[in-house]
Amino acid sequence: MYVSYKWLQDYVDLSGITANELAEKITRSGIEVEGVEKLTEGISGVVIGHVLEREQHPNADKLNKCLVDIGAEEPVQIICGAPNVDKGQKVAVATVGAVLPGNFKIKKAKLRGEASNGMICSLQELGFESKLVAKEYAEGIYVFPESVEVGKNALEELHRDDEVLELGLTPNRSDALSMLGVAYEVAAILGRDVNLPEGKASEAAEKAEDYISVVAEAAEDNPLYIAKVIKNVRVKPSPLWMQARLTAAGIRPHNNVVDITNYILIEYGQPLHAFDYDKLGSKEIVVRRAKDGEEIVTLDDAKRTLSSDHLVITNGTEPVALAGVMGGANSEVQADTTTVLLESAYFKGSTVRKASKDHGLRSEASARFEKGVDPNRVRAAAERAAVLLQQYAEGEVLAGSAEANTLKIEPAVVEVSIDKINQVLGLQLKSEEVVDIFTRLQFEAVAEQGQITVTVPTRRGDITIGEDLIEEVARLYGYDNLLSTLPVGSTTQGGLTQYQQSRRIVRNTLESAGLYQAITYSLTSEAKASQFALEVREPLPLAMPMSEERSVLRLSLVPQLLEVLKYNSARQNDSLAVYEIGSVFLSTGKDQLPEEKEHVAGAVTGLWVNHPWQGEKKPVDFYVLKGIVEALVDKLGINDRIEFRQTERDGLHPGRTAEVLIDGKACGYIGQVHPIVEKELDLKATYVFELSLESLLAETAPLVYEAIPRFPSITRDIALVADQEVSSGHLLSIIKEAGGSLLKEVSVFDLYEGERMEAGKKSLAFSLKYFDPEKTLTDEEVVKAHTKVLEALEEKAGAVLRG
Amino acid sequence: MQERLKELQTEALERVNTAGDLKELNEIRVSYLGKKGPITEVLKGMGKLSAEERPKMGALANEVRDAIAAAIESKQKNLEEAAVAAKLAAETIDVTLPGRPVKSGNHHPLTRVVEEIEDLFIGMGYTVAEGPEVEKDYYNFEALNLPKDHPARDMQDSFYITEDILLRTQTSPVQARTMEKYEGKGPVKIICPGKVFRRDHDDATHSHQFMQIEGLVVDENIRMSDLKGTLEVFAKAMFGSDREIRLRPSFFPFTEPSVEVDVSCFKCGGKGCNICKKTGWIEILGAGMVHPNVLEMSGFDSKKYSGFAFGMGVERIAMLKYGIDDIRHFYTNDVRFLKQFSIHE
Ligand SMILES: [Zn+2]
Repeated sequence: MYVSYKWLQDYVDLSGITANELAEKITRSGIEVEGVEKLTEGISGVVIGHVLEREQHPNADKLNKCLVDIGAEEPVQIICGAPNVDKGQKVAVATVGAVLPGNFKIKKAKLRGEASNGMICSLQELGFESKLVAKEYAEGIYVFPESVEVGKNALEELHRDDEVLELGLTPNRSDALSMLGVAYEVAAILGRDVNLPEGKASEAAEKAEDYISVVAEAAEDNPLYIAKVIKNVRVKPSPLWMQARLTAAGIRPHNNVVDITNYILIEYGQPLHAFDYDKLGSKEIVVRRAKDGEEIVTLDDAKRTLSSDHLVITNGTEPVALAGVMGGANSEVQADTTTVLLESAYFKGSTVRKASKDHGLRSEASARFEKGVDPNRVRAAAERAAVLLQQYAEGEVLAGSAEANTLKIEPAVVEVSIDKINQVLGLQLKSEEVVDIFTRLQFEAVAEQGQITVTVPTRRGDITIGEDLIEEVARLYGYDNLLSTLPVGSTTQGGLTQYQQSRRIVRNTLESAGLYQAITYSLTSEAKASQFALEVREPLPLAMPMSEERSVLRLSLVPQLLEVLKYNSARQNDSLAVYEIGSVFLSTGKDQLPEEKEHVAGAVTGLWVNHPWQGEKKPVDFYVLKGIVEALVDKLGINDRIEFRQTERDGLHPGRTAEVLIDGKACGYIGQVHPIVEKELDLKATYVFELSLESLLAETAPLVYEAIPRFPSITRDIALVADQEVSSGHLLSIIKEAGGSLLKEVSVFDLYEGERMEAGKKSLAFSLKYFDPEKTLTDEEVVKAHTKVLEALEEKAGAVLRG
Repeated sequence: MQERLKELQTEALERVNTAGDLKELNEIRVSYLGKKGPITEVLKGMGKLSAEERPKMGALANEVRDAIAAAIESKQKNLEEAAVAAKLAAETIDVTLPGRPVKSGNHHPLTRVVEEIEDLFIGMGYTVAEGPEVEKDYYNFEALNLPKDHPARDMQDSFYITEDILLRTQTSPVQARTMEKYEGKGPVKIICPGKVFRRDHDDATHSHQFMQIEGLVVDENIRMSDLKGTLEVFAKAMFGSDREIRLRPSFFPFTEPSVEVDVSCFKCGGKGCNICKKTGWIEILGAGMVHPNVLEMSGFDSKKYSGFAFGMGVERIAMLKYGIDDIRHFYTNDVRFLKQFSIHE
C-alpha cells in the first residue's frame, strides 16, 4: 500500500510531523514502512511553458523546432523530439540549469545546427513510472490543461510536491489497504481525530430502481450488491489532483469515471465497478455462479473460460464481469459512455481468490476482496462515488439504488482481563490505561471489575480473541516499554541427545582427517536421485517442481558431492575431500511420509599427499578413504563390529568396491567411482563412501578401562603363500579365530605379488602378538597357539608358510 | 735439570696450543707424557741428585706433568666442541621452507552458526529437537493456526508432494510435534534447527532450500518480557556484548502478539551505515507469544500455560556475521569459500 502524505492529511491532522517521522512511528507501532519517497527528489527548474511556434527542424525529420514562452522576458527556442508536441500546448519545460532524475543537468545545446535552450519533458523524464503514465501520454510529452499558468512550477501543477510512504502489510492488516484504514491507525498512534469524507449527492427525481433490478442468486458468495445509476456523465480526464493521488497510490489514470472508482477503492478500500449502462443490453443484474465452460472477454481483451467455481455478474443472460476480479469488455466505460451503472458489493473472499488464482488475475480489487472488505463501507463507498461523479463528471445521480441484501453485520465483541494482559506482557497496567488505548483506536471499550469488553469495529476483522486485544495494547503501549526478564520457574537440563553428540563427533573426526563439510540440496533431478543409492527405491517426486534439476528427493548424498568436486575441479581445485551429513528419502507409498534416513557420505579426488619440495606427491587411493572410514568407526568404538566385503555396485569400479557391514548387516559402501563416470565428470581418480549414520550410531559401547599389560608380549611374524583370490581379510579372520585368547593383535605388514611368485599366487605377511595379562608367556604356550593358527590357515585357505 | 723441566713444559704447552686436531693432540700426549717421553728421560737422571733435592725435583716433575696434562685436556675439550659445531653447521637447514601440510577440513559455516546457537541455548537449559524435512500439511500449517484457506499461506509458497505432504516451509512443525509429545505438561524448552524449503528461484538473496533455527519455551507464567530478555542474551552472544535489541509489531499466524526483532547495527553501532541501510538497526528474527490455538491444538491448556517462540534464518545470521554477500555460496560449496571458516574466533 502506497500512502500519499498529502492525501492522508484530508483525514488526520499531521501538523508538526514530517513524513519520515510519521513513517518511524507507524513502523514502531505495527505496520512496517518500507520506504518514504519524495516525489520531487532530484528535480529542479521545471516550469510550465507555452508552445508559441512549432516547425520541423530544417536538418532532421524527427525533430521539431519550437518557440516556447516560459514566463521569462523572451521566449526560448527548444528542439524537441516528441511526436505529439504542437503549437498552443501547455507543457513542462526543463529550463537551462534544471536538474532531472539521475542528476541529468540541462544545458544550452546545439542539435543539428539549431540552438536548444531547455527540454520539453515527458512524465517519465519527471520521474513517473512508465506504467503509471496515462496511455495517451505514454509515448510523448505530457500536455497540461489550458488553464495552467505559464512560468509556474510544473511539478506543483502536477501535485507532485508530496511524499509517499510504502507500507509493507502483513496479511492480518488488510484494514490498512485504504486511506481511511491508515487514517484510523495514524490517529490512534498520534492520539488525534479522524475526519471522514462528507457530503451526499443531490439526487434526480428518477429512481435507479426504474433502470435496473438486482438479483443475487448466489447469496452466500455475494450477500450485498448495490447498484446506482448516474446519467448524462461526461467522460474526460479527471482533475490533476485526483490523477496525482492515484499515481502516488500506484494506479494509472484513465478517465474520470474509472479514476473515481479507483479513487474510492484507495480511499475506502472498497472496490467499485462502473458499467456502461447502455451496453448492458438489459435492465437487470443477476449475480450467479458461472456455468462450466461459459466464456467472458475481460477488460484486458483476454477470453476466459469459466467454471462453476467462479462468480459472475450477468445481464440475465451473459456475463458482464468476473465478480470482484475484472469487468467484461462488452460493458466497458468508454469516451462515448453517458449512463453509468455503479456497482458496490460484498463478495466472499475465498470465491474471489479462487477466480483470481485460476485466471492468473491479481488486481487491486481482487486483493481487497480476498482479504475481506469492511461490510460497513459498501454503501458509504457507493454514495461517495456518486458525489464525485456528480462533481467531476457532471453526472446526474438517480434516486436511491437497486440492491440485493442478505448481509448481517455484527461487530465482534471480545473480552480480556486486565490480569491476563499484564501476565502475558509482564506489565502492571491499570484498566483505565488499557481502555484509553482502545479509545484511541476508536474501539468501544468498557472495563468492569478487571474485565475489559471491547466492541471491535468491522474494519478490524483481524481481532477475534483476547490475545488479539493484548497485541493492540502491546503495540500502542510500545514494545520499548516492556521489561527484559528471563523465564522463571522449573529448572530444565539442557543438552544434546546421545545421537546428536555422536553426530558432532562424526563431523569432527572427518574434518580432522581432512574433509570439508559440504551442504547440498535435498532436491535433485530424477536421473541423479537414485544413482549410488544405498537402498534403491522409486524416488519421491514433487507435484509441481520448479525445474527438472530439482524435481525429486534424493536417495543418496554421493551424486551431489561429486557435483561439488566437479565444480571445484573446474576452478583449479582438483584435489579435494568433502563430506556431507544429510537425509535421504525412501518412499513408503502414496500419502505417507517417506522414511528419512540420515547418511554420512564422503568424496575424495586428486592428490592426497602433496608436499612437492620434498618430492612427496601421492594420489588418493582406496586405502586412504578406507583409512578414514576405519578412523571413524574406531572413534565411535565400533571397529570390531565392522566388516568390509568385496562387492560390485552401479557407478563404482567393479574391482575396487567394498560393502561395509555392521554386525553382519549392510550399512554402506566405499569404492572408486567408475572410470566412465569419472570421465563424464572430468574428475581424476575419485573415491567415495556412503554410510547409514543411524546404523553407525545405533548402539554405543560404554568406555571401560583395560589394565596396561604388566607382562611382556611375544611377537611372531609369518609370511604366507596363498591363492590370488584369497583376501587378506579372510586370512585375518582365520588367524583371529584360531589364535584363541592369547592372540591379542594381528596386522598385515607385507604384500608381494611379483614375478618371483608362482603364477596365481601371492605372499602376505602377518605379525601376530601374543600375551597373557596374568603372567609371562612360556614358549610352549605360544608355539601351541601359533601351530593352531598355521594349521587353520592351511586347512581353511590353503595358505602355507613361504619357504 | 730444573731448567730442562721448565723448558719441556714451555715447549709442550706451546705445541698443545697450536695443535690443529685431536690426532695431533694425541701425538703430543704420547710424546711428552708417555713412558718413553722426555720427562721420564729427565727423571732418569735423578739418581745424581742429593737426597734433599730429590723430592723437590720429583714434585717439580709432577707439576710439569700435570700442567701439560691439564693443557691437553682443556685443548681436547675445545677441539671436540669445535668438531661438533662444525658438524652441526654443516647440517643447517632452511627453516623458512614450508612444513609438511597436515590435512584438516572444517565445519560448513551454517553448521558453525547452528552449533554456536545450539550451545548458547543448551547453556540456558534448552534441548535440541529435530524433525522430518518432508512434513504433513497438518504439522506444517494447520497445527500452527494456518487452516487450509488461510490467506497467510500465500506468504510461503510450498513444494507439495501430495495434497497433504510437502517439504516443510519452516522448522515450526518440530515445535508442534514436540509439544504433542509433552502431552500438555510443561516446561518445554527447545531449540530446533533444520533445512526448510520454499518456492523461490535461487539468486543472491533467495534460495529454494535454506536453514532455520527456532526456539520455543512453554511453561506456566511465561511473559513477553521473558522473550525480550532471552533474545537480548542471544543478540549479545552472537553479535557482541554491547548490542541492543528492539521489537517491532508484526504478524505470524502461530504467535500473538507477534514481533520482528532488530539488533543494533554491529558495524556502525547504531549511527547508520550501508549494512543497516542507514537505520542503525538490522532485522534478525521473528518472534512472539505462542498463539492459544497452537497451544490447544498441541494439547496444552492455554489458560494455564503460555509460551514464546522465535525463529531465524541461519543463512541470514551467517551472512550478517561474516559479511557474506550471496546466499548461493552456501550451496555451491566452493572450497575457497568453505576453508575460510576454519578459524576459531
Ligand atoms: Zn550500521
